[in-house]
Amino acid sequence: MSLRYWTLWLLDLMHPRRFVPDVGQGRLIGMSDHSFRAVAAATAPIGLAFIPLGIALGLLVVHAGLDWWWAPVFAAVIYAGSLEFLIVGLAAVGAPVATVALTTFIVNSRHAFYALSFPLDRVKGALGKAYSTYTLSDEAYAVAVGPAAADWSSRAILMMQAALQGLWVIGAATGGLIGAALPIERLRGLDFALTALFVVLAIDAYRQRPDRLTALSAVACAVIAWLLVPGQMLVCAFAGFTVVLLSRLAARPRGNTRRDNV
Amino acid sequence: MSDSVGHTALLVAVAAAITWALRALPFAVLAPMRHSTVVRYLSTHMPLGVMTMLAVYTMHGQLDGNVRHLVWLVIAVALTAALHLARRRALVSILAGTATYVTLMSLWE
Repeated sequence: MSLRYWTLWLLDLMHPRRFVPDVGQGRLIGMSDHSFRAVAAATAPIGLAFIPLGIALGLLVVHAGLDWWWAPVFAAVIYAGSLEFLIVGLAAVGAPVATVALTTFIVNSRHAFYALSFPLDRVKGALGKAYSTYTLSDEAYAVAVGPAAADWSSRAILMMQAALQGLWVIGAATGGLIGAALPIERLRGLDFALTALFVVLAIDAYRQRPDRLTALSAVACAVIAWLLVPGQMLVCAFAGFTVVLLSRLAARPRGNTRRDNV
Repeated sequence: MSDSVGHTALLVAVAAAITWALRALPFAVLAPMRHSTVVRYLSTHMPLGVMTMLAVYTMHGQLDGNVRHLVWLVIAVALTAALHLARRRALVSILAGTATYVTLMSLWE
């Protein structure tokens, strides 16, 4: 997959009718126009939200006293949104490696759960699987387990992940450059884009599976962890939520356990 | 200066390696269990729970004990959710919610 095809795809994603002629670009990357459109349609809403969020990260990098180019480096190499926001502060004060390792483990251990339902079995080749797991962000997971992606091929899944990572890097580089060029105060609250993104993804997940008990127990786990262990809120909330789900499964009538998996 | 560049590069490499391990290794452990009842039950309920907890987690990160900031956060979250429930346009909901929050935080800090 050459850089040119990839760039065309990104451009098309951002301006569906402006840059790229409608006919043929799907063939460039070996996908039918139909599936190409489907991937772009499912990826664009989340991918474009990466732009303001990436700009927020870039501004944060510059205001923390790091060189602007660290923003796209963080975005491309770490590629784990909420962790990157935390690492900016740690890198700016020259935190020890052990602190960063522990923070990464705690913030990102939730990704272990994605292996339960992410369709890696549909991604072909060792290189494809390596890239797919490397870029298995919250957002890539959300798109891949969504109804639109149920019949996606290996190439479609990888394209979606490459587009998300590309847009994230573009946003971060833009923010870094803006921050380096304009000595203005940081726009306060730009990182709300991350909150808004997860609110939207939660509503979409609820639409797909309207289950009040699951939603309420997730809120309860998060709030209890927030109050009891604010320093390690995320991993405690995930662990608590898993225990709640296992208890619900165990409490179900035995006759049901084998028949349905819902 | 080159010292701090080297150290930051090391931090980035460590964060990236651990993140990749956390994303990739569980597939090897969990692959044989994909069809077990417990794993399937967890995987069907995980997406909604995970996104909900991440939403609460990032709200937690926004708060600094200032009551006015809490009000702005509630308004922005409510607007984002209401727009998304009514219009189902993810990008519109996210941009409108973020613009509202940034405006409120910048004008009435």
